[in-house]
Amino acid sequence: MNLDESEKILPKNVFTKLKTKIAEYKLAGKKAETAVDKVVESYKKSRICPAESVGVIAAQSIGEPGTQMTLNTKHFAGVSEMNVTVGLPRIIEIFGARKEAETPSMNVYLKSPYNNSEKFIRQLSATILEVLLEDVTKEINVDLMNMQIEAKLDLEELRNLSVNFNTALAALKNGLKKCEITEDGDKIIIKPKSDIKIGDLFKLKVVASEILIEGIMGIKQVVPMKRNEEYVLVTAGSNLKEVLKIKEVDKERTITNDVYEVWKVLGIEAARTAIIEETLKTFNEQGLSVDVRHLMLVADVMTNDGQVMGIGRYGVSGQKTSVLARASFEVALKHLFSAAVHREVDELKGVVENVMINQQIPVGTGFYKLKMKEAKKQ
Amino acid sequence: MADVFFNGKIVGSVANPQEFVTKIKSQRRKGKLTSSLNIAYDEALDIVNVLTEEGRLRRPLIIVENGKSRLTPDVVEKIKKGEIKWSDLIKENIVEFMDAEEEENALIAFDESELTPEHTHLEIVKSAIYGSQASLIVFPEHNGAGRVTLGAKMLTQGQGVYATNYNLRLDSDVSVMHYPQKPIVDTIMYKNVNYEGHPVGQNIVIAVMTHEGYNMDDAIVINKHSVDMGIFRSTFFKPYNCEELRYAGGIRDVIEIPSKDTIGRRMDEDYTLLESDGVIYPEAKVGEGKVLIGKTSPPRFLSGMEEFRVGVEARHESSVAATHDDGIVDAVMITESEEGNKYINVRLRQPKNPELGDKFASRHGQKGVIGLMVPKADMPFTADGMVPDIIFSPHGIPSRMTVGQLIEIIAGKVGALGGRYVDGTAFTGEDEYDLRKELHKLGFRENGAETMYDGKTGRMLNVRIFVGDIYYMRLKYMVSNKYHMRTRGPVQLLTRQPTEGRAKEGGLRLGEMEKDVLVAHGASLLLKERFDSDKTVVPVCKKCGLIAMFNHYRNKGMCPVDGEDAPVTFLEMSYAFKLLLDELKSLCIYPKLNIKYKD
Repeated sequence: MNLDESEKILPKNVFTKLKTKIAEYKLAGKKAETAVDKVVESYKKSRICPAESVGVIAAQSIGEPGTQMTLNTKHFAGVSEMNVTVGLPRIIEIFGARKEAETPSMNVYLKSPYNNSEKFIRQLSATILEVLLEDVTKEINVDLMNMQIEAKLDLEELRNLSVNFNTALAALKNGLKKCEITEDGDKIIIKPKSDIKIGDLFKLKVVASEILIEGIMGIKQVVPMKRNEEYVLVTAGSNLKEVLKIKEVDKERTITNDVYEVWKVLGIEAARTAIIEETLKTFNEQGLSVDVRHLMLVADVMTNDGQVMGIGRYGVSGQKTSVLARASFEVALKHLFSAAVHREVDELKGVVENVMINQQIPVGTGFYKLKMKEAKKQ
Repeated sequence: MADVFFNGKIVGSVANPQEFVTKIKSQRRKGKLTSSLNIAYDEALDIVNVLTEEGRLRRPLIIVENGKSRLTPDVVEKIKKGEIKWSDLIKENIVEFMDAEEEENALIAFDESELTPEHTHLEIVKSAIYGSQASLIVFPEHNGAGRVTLGAKMLTQGQGVYATNYNLRLDSDVSVMHYPQKPIVDTIMYKNVNYEGHPVGQNIVIAVMTHEGYNMDDAIVINKHSVDMGIFRSTFFKPYNCEELRYAGGIRDVIEIPSKDTIGRRMDEDYTLLESDGVIYPEAKVGEGKVLIGKTSPPRFLSGMEEFRVGVEARHESSVAATHDDGIVDAVMITESEEGNKYINVRLRQPKNPELGDKFASRHGQKGVIGLMVPKADMPFTADGMVPDIIFSPHGIPSRMTVGQLIEIIAGKVGALGGRYVDGTAFTGEDEYDLRKELHKLGFRENGAETMYDGKTGRMLNVRIFVGDIYYMRLKYMVSNKYHMRTRGPVQLLTRQPTEGRAKEGGLRLGEMEKDVLVAHGASLLLKERFDSDKTVVPVCKKCGLIAMFNHYRNKGMCPVDGEDAPVTFLEMSYAFKLLLDELKSLCIYPKLNIKYKD
């Protein structure tokens, strides 16, 4: 078989790789054909047969290494106290598609030449770091006599974080439109424009203390790290949307470990890739090897209807079409009652249902049926 | 200010806890406070604990003052002469009892030579750091802590004479060993706890070598001849009991041979061993299903078909020997229960010879089951013609590092050849070097290795084998009480699935994960066949899709919804699924089966 013929059989990725390799080794004629034949044969062998139970095999292939994983380990990423969830809790977090990751983190890559300028890196670190009002105040008091809130600023902390007093003032004015903001020495006084109840004043205090003064919301910590001849900013906390707005940031490589955020910012395909990459990384960190195709299958199942769904009662398992399959997995009665109310029909086409009623399961050898006409009765 | 707790209840606080503790201690030593009081200051919690409660574990220690032991040579001399006793030592503040709490504040010297002014106490004997069970392990200081722990645990599981009046007792599932021996290598604890009165093992000859792979993975190979000669032989006892209960209305159970019209009566054959009083006779050989005590009860309530039976007066309630309980009736005891009812006990006896799968262990946490029984002729033998009782695999040694066991083998060999007992007490036992020298003097290699010959070929083995004597225990776990298999058997009434557990002759469950394996292999027909245990064929109405009935006499279907002559077809399904359909109906859910041909 020559190269052009193989294009119809091989997937694009494999074909281009083969093409470059043949060019690289300058293969021609018989030699090139043998190479193509071997690749095609190997590709055909590696394909999954129809009716193979890939789902169960994927589950077992992920589940078995899962038993060897360390439970409840936090691992420290680098020097600082920044820690990342790893091991089984992290796997559960990803497959469960939790909206709030336990330890969100970003790797912010920069465009050349910024990625080698230490000065710029330090400056950028400072600008993206989240600074809330409570971070720069000594104390925030509720003044019941005058029905106002007094925030006493910590000038030293302001200088450390290189935040201007006026920026703080402006941020507060912007954030609390319904209040009058005045300054009094090192104090900022927040007074509601209209009369409010005492309870609301205390609520206002909580709101005010979480007003963003400077930086990007959610970035709790920034650590520059040298990786392969360039600096990368590793952050605790994540805000992909805002970070990508920064001009110097390399938008192609910058990534967060929060799958939900990837979905919201970059879309469902990116979320699928993120699930694969994150789980693979977690397994590899523990020295376990899981074939990426199993993870790809799981990621496909989790993302195939345009939203990230967890594996579980509220996700994939709850979406099954068969009533019996759903009922066999947690809260049986709920599904049975709702099925009765909606007059659902179970086609009995899945594996679980057929195990239940003790019929041949439509998988493997049971997938194929013999069709024939019944002889007419005489 | 530190809070003071007396037996766990707060009683006040003191300004200077350290001083307070010292004061109380000195008062106790003066005899002004009870000697069973212990006091400790917990620095981390800033709490003083004073304890006089019962149930604390306490141990005696020699008091040390200014780096000097209070147990002076003079005192020792007096003890030797018998002038002072243990109680005098406590009275004179030479020895005091420590509990776990007070021990936290103490600095206890292990040996007199390491005493410094900081020390507060001194161990009486070095081996006292071990508990009562671990003290029965020889040379434990040469083993890892984990192995000592396991060894101590297994010492409690060894078969021996558990109580000398076992003949009068009715304990369930106990064994009594026929020829227990006291160990050749022992510790000082053996005399103190009168271990020799009830030992749990035997001294046997061990060879550390492999034997055709039959002692891999902790198995042991045992000499068939030794078994025939009575090594580790024991008897297993199992009691059955039966009470003649009284019920309201003056009716009561009767212990008798049940008459032929009793409901649930067994075959005539099963009652042959009963005597006229309805109880079996001693020394009767029984097997599965034989009745030991015949008893009839009045019917609890009459219902269903029983109502129409004539002359129903009694139900069968006899004690029947269980599936695996074939044996000999050892004793029959007839007595009265607390309520004054007739109470009968029958004790079954089963001889248990060591067999393939029985569990054995040395005192060093080295446990294993019998993997092979070899006839004496095929066993390897030494140049002297000595044949070992047990062949133990050397692979069990390096990873577990039970060096104590190796020393015990040498010590046992010295003891057996020299005709004496060897002291293996922790830290103070006989020296390994001396034992080796003694073994050499007895005409053997000092390392215990001997030239051996293959029993089958007669050829000399290329390596020398470590042979010696060791104390081995037969543990209470025996295959004959564990093994279980089933082809067909009883099913549960509700689900028609096999029962669970050995006692009920249950099935071996093919669980969820095992099912997944068959699914992953795509072996769909095998899976179906494996789950066929509750297969049923049910008539289903084609019209309404509910479970119907079929009258085989009239060859006609009948449906609860569509009435007579409903179109009925037969479906094959698992009974559990039929049960699910029934349960859905009880929830007012209509599970309609749409019937069509398979496509």
